[in-house]
Amino acid sequence: MTTIDATPDTGNKKDSPSNPRRRVYRPNTRYIPILATLALLVIMYGGAVANYENFGQPSVVVNLFRDNAVLLVVTVGMTFVILTGGIDLSVGAVISLTTTLTATLLQGGWPPLVVLVLVLLIGSLIGAGQGAVIHFFKVEPFIATLAGLFLARGLALFINQQSIPIRDETWKAISEYRIPLADGVVTKPVAVVAVAAVLIAAAVLAWTRFGRNVYAIGGSADSALLMGLPVGRTRIAVYTLSGFCAALGGVLFSINSTSGWALQGNGLELDAIAACVIGGVLLTGGSGYVFGALLGVLVTGLIQTIIIFQGDLNAAWTRIIVGVLLFAFIVLQRLVTRKAK
Amino acid sequence: MTSLLKNRLFWPAAILVVMLVVNAFTSNQFITVRDGHLFGSLIDILRGSAPLLLVALGMTLVIATGGIDLSVGAVMAISGAVACLLIRDLSDQNSVGPVLLIMLVAVGVSLLAGLWNGALVAVVGIQPIIATLILMVAGRGIAQLVTDGQIINVQSGPYATIASGFFLALPVAFLIAAAAVVLITLLTRRTALGLLLESVGGSPTASRLAGIRARRITVMVYVVSGGFAGLAGLIYSANIKSADSISAGNLIELDAILAVVIGGTALIGGRFSIAGTVLGAVLIQAMTVTVVAVGVPSEATLLFKAVVVVALCLSQSPVFREKVFGRFTPRPAARAEVPAS
Amino acid sequence: MGEQSPVLEMTGIRKVFPGVVALDGVDFRLFPGEIHALMGENGAGKSTLIKVLTGVYTIDGGQVRLGGEVVHINGPLQAQQAGISTVYQEVNLCTNLSVAENIFIGREPRKFGRIQWGQMRRRASELLARLDLNIDVSAPLNTYSLAIQQMVAIARAINVPTAGPAATSATGTASGTGTAAGGGAKVLILDEPTSSLDASEVAQLFAVMRRLKADGVAILFVSHFLDQIYEVSDRLTVLRNGQLIGEYRTAELPQVKLVEKMIGKELAALEDLEDKAQRSRERTAGAEPIVEARGLGRAGAIAPFDLTIHAGEVVGLAGLLGSGRTELARLLFGADRADSGELRFAGKPVTLRDPQVAMKRGIAFSSENRRTEGIIGDLSVRENIILALQASRGWTRPIPRRRQDEIVEKYIKALQIRPADPERPVRNLSGGNQQKVLLARWLITEPRLLIIDEPTRGIDVGAKAEIQKLVAELSDGGMAVLFVSAELEEVLRLSHKIEVLRDRHLVEELQNTEGVDADRIMQTIASGATS
Repeated sequence: MTTIDATPDTGNKKDSPSNPRRRVYRPNTRYIPILATLALLVIMYGGAVANYENFGQPSVVVNLFRDNAVLLVVTVGMTFVILTGGIDLSVGAVISLTTTLTATLLQGGWPPLVVLVLVLLIGSLIGAGQGAVIHFFKVEPFIATLAGLFLARGLALFINQQSIPIRDETWKAISEYRIPLADGVVTKPVAVVAVAAVLIAAAVLAWTRFGRNVYAIGGSADSALLMGLPVGRTRIAVYTLSGFCAALGGVLFSINSTSGWALQGNGLELDAIAACVIGGVLLTGGSGYVFGALLGVLVTGLIQTIIIFQGDLNAAWTRIIVGVLLFAFIVLQRLVTRKAK
Repeated sequence: MTSLLKNRLFWPAAILVVMLVVNAFTSNQFITVRDGHLFGSLIDILRGSAPLLLVALGMTLVIATGGIDLSVGAVMAISGAVACLLIRDLSDQNSVGPVLLIMLVAVGVSLLAGLWNGALVAVVGIQPIIATLILMVAGRGIAQLVTDGQIINVQSGPYATIASGFFLALPVAFLIAAAAVVLITLLTRRTALGLLLESVGGSPTASRLAGIRARRITVMVYVVSGGFAGLAGLIYSANIKSADSISAGNLIELDAILAVVIGGTALIGGRFSIAGTVLGAVLIQAMTVTVVAVGVPSEATLLFKAVVVVALCLSQSPVFREKVFGRFTPRPAARAEVPAS
Repeated sequence: MGEQSPVLEMTGIRKVFPGVVALDGVDFRLFPGEIHALMGENGAGKSTLIKVLTGVYTIDGGQVRLGGEVVHINGPLQAQQAGISTVYQEVNLCTNLSVAENIFIGREPRKFGRIQWGQMRRRASELLARLDLNIDVSAPLNTYSLAIQQMVAIARAINVPTAGPAATSATGTASGTGTAAGGGAKVLILDEPTSSLDASEVAQLFAVMRRLKADGVAILFVSHFLDQIYEVSDRLTVLRNGQLIGEYRTAELPQVKLVEKMIGKELAALEDLEDKAQRSRERTAGAEPIVEARGLGRAGAIAPFDLTIHAGEVVGLAGLLGSGRTELARLLFGADRADSGELRFAGKPVTLRDPQVAMKRGIAFSSENRRTEGIIGDLSVRENIILALQASRGWTRPIPRRRQDEIVEKYIKALQIRPADPERPVRNLSGGNQQKVLLARWLITEPRLLIIDEPTRGIDVGAKAEIQKLVAELSDGGMAVLFVSAELEEVLRLSHKIEVLRDRHLVEELQNTEGVDADRIMQTIASGATS
């Protein structure tokens, strides 16, 4: 369009790039962070396969989903929140509340299905409450969900400060159930739930009005409002969804550990946020994909797996190496993304 | 009177006063003189709030530039670990000179940690929440490495003084924090630093084009934040006379951020208030002390805190205040809002 | 036209804010198939009237009739449904979404709740094709220029499915094929759509407007550019201080008369300036060159160029959006670093590493993006004004408060910044006053070279004339000025010398003598247009 037409009535200005600076070579910038993450993930995986015996076995990859099912589910919810430009710090605490409540209720002899529905409902309610406070009272998401964090963990501690074992048969049965995928490769139901969550979320974001409204709000909430989109409803729904995902993550956690404890899921919110960022979901909102967040979770999971394969690392070194790898990853991704632009 | 009610800091201040009054009635000693020193729960609050106050001071500057520093807790752990390790190896743990020197070294290490954060944010261009997350994860590992995973106990009189000593009848820890407050206030309000900080936080691009070296200022605030976290780590470790790399400064970043926000500084950066932060930090500490004084059971401590935080956040939301307190002041009809959803 | 009944008729509109009567018994009518300009200075009541129409404000008196029936508009959504659509100056779209989505979001074609992307893209393409726009509708909106974003906003506005009584017969079902342009909105309000567009983009927008007009849409057009008003509008209504001054046929009202009606007094300033521009061109002949750029350039931004600016000289940069105007200006301030060539400032070679280095030499630069690269909205007028001076002194040497107050008071007075309250947050000021604050920020640094990028964009006639006058005065006082503007008339009026840019190349230098006019510059810009 800018290639100048001094005679403006020439009518059709076909596909001429509107502005050389903005248009050339930039059709797919949206995918660059994801592709960079994917490439680096593959490189890291390749390096690990070359260095450690047995790393190349398919079970290593399959187990990534099993071991990170909780984080994955929570990250899915977090992705929605971050896409609207918000943040949810309460997810780790909602997990601890969920596991504590689940274990307590199951111990009290409640029917498992009722417990499941109840804890999912409570998680969603906490999310909805945060969303309402953020939307109606214009409290910053960071602060509103920080208060939610205190509240949820406070409730969990109030219920019980000790770890409570789960002896319910249903929970145990799910925990011990194995799904054969291929010869010698099995996985757990929790992994299936997590993968399903990712797929559903991706579909919702890509193909529903709700999903597109999420992106629109993240792009510009003011514009979205002027375009007549249901900004308030969407924003509250997003936090509700995140609360639901956190509660679901809590259920998965309680299945994995067959116990409930108020300190479970401590700090998980930061892992989820980090996974989103590594996967190219911008903290400012409006840009990113669930599959990117999935890659982010796999990166952190792979780092953990490598550390386990390394074997002789103590807790101190584990933390340091996680930090160093995180650092290397973010810097590399930053360089790749910057180059591509 | 109405203008007083409208002040953002009115409700935090009111809650603080209420807590102090409650303390004055419930604790057997609110403020007394013993051995020429001041004692009592008021003094406990002032002394106990010193680490949080120091961390929150640094955090205020970081947040003013639109950033955030999650690594402060980890830096506290590192600083305490370094100090205790070196003091333990002293031939005479009670000699003042070497202990002072060691404390300088520990603060120096913390400044370096801050420099690292600042470089990641300002030079590499990583989002602050992620950049500081790296050190938050790795930093505690480093601290554990320094202490070799053990808790290092020290028996150093001079070292213990910074936490529990008295000078001019006042606790030394409080005096250190007060000095820091005075220093930062002078530095930001008597020089042009405050203006430049607020400008960078308001708009980094516009600031750069106005000739402000925004990058340099950004690095500096992270360095300051690191230094204050280090100082806080020393007070914390001197108080328990040991280095505990797991629990030192655990979750203090959240409290510090909370203190800053309660104090009226917005997380998006720009305008900041040192006085507000001081109020916020003291309030949070008063809450902890009061909970004990009133006899709230330990399992409900966090819940109590959550309720106060929720109340505070709501009290500072203009919309909430308008809805609750605004009935008596007719608002101009001009502000017809766009109906949400 | 004329003989029809108006589609929109407002009578005796009154709107009162605490302490101010914003609209005092204003009448306004709009006929189908006309482009009607709403004129007035800032504060005249234009935006209040538009906000009444779009349902943002409710009126305190008077009546609004739409298609003959009295309506009460209670909100933007209701206004849209009644057939009144608005495109604002700041494009209110979500630029992170694709073009097609921006047109359809909230009313995407769906099947079983699933968005039909293929259908949506097809319909978006069709709709845009009617506006003579053939672009990739699946690309994010932010990869396109503001002009195209503006068109997309118009496409969205005219595609609104209306629920009003008149519209139900015209449009099919909501999920029908793309409504014909004009089938949705009956009234289209364009609030300063051209303020960020360059000449060719404006021409394209006008083509779209004429097409919609032919389709019977009533268009309410607001612009600060008088030439554009005369080019495109059929009639105009002038407001002043919340009162109706009159409704005129555009062709029958001379430009000077129009301005007089707007500001309510005879206008000497602009005429005066015309004379001045003819003045002392010889003056710069003997003056020392302040800037000598030889082969200065930056890959991807601006090709190497030669440029000389003398003291007391106003050099205009002309060219279209994206031609490299701003990029050239940024190089001379060190906002971007040059990667080739050399620069001499006041005879000495300099390397501008960052803005501060440039400022130390006496260079000042006011960006075209007032809001994102100029003012710091949270800070007060005073703080914004002293910011650059303080930055060059460094943080250890604060400007004493008394001195600040003196400087600020002086410049608020000299530049007539309104309101004259130094402690008010600058974000609450109008665009023109924000621009003056930025000028004040740089003037107090006493620069030898002042680079101003689009200082008059989106500000009203009065303020614009004041700023132009100020530039002329500064250059008379010996300051070198590099003046960047999309508006050729303005460049011509002020500059001694005009540098013409095209496709990131400085293609020609024109002395502003007799015979050089807008057409001549446009020819230079257009000649040998890239194929």
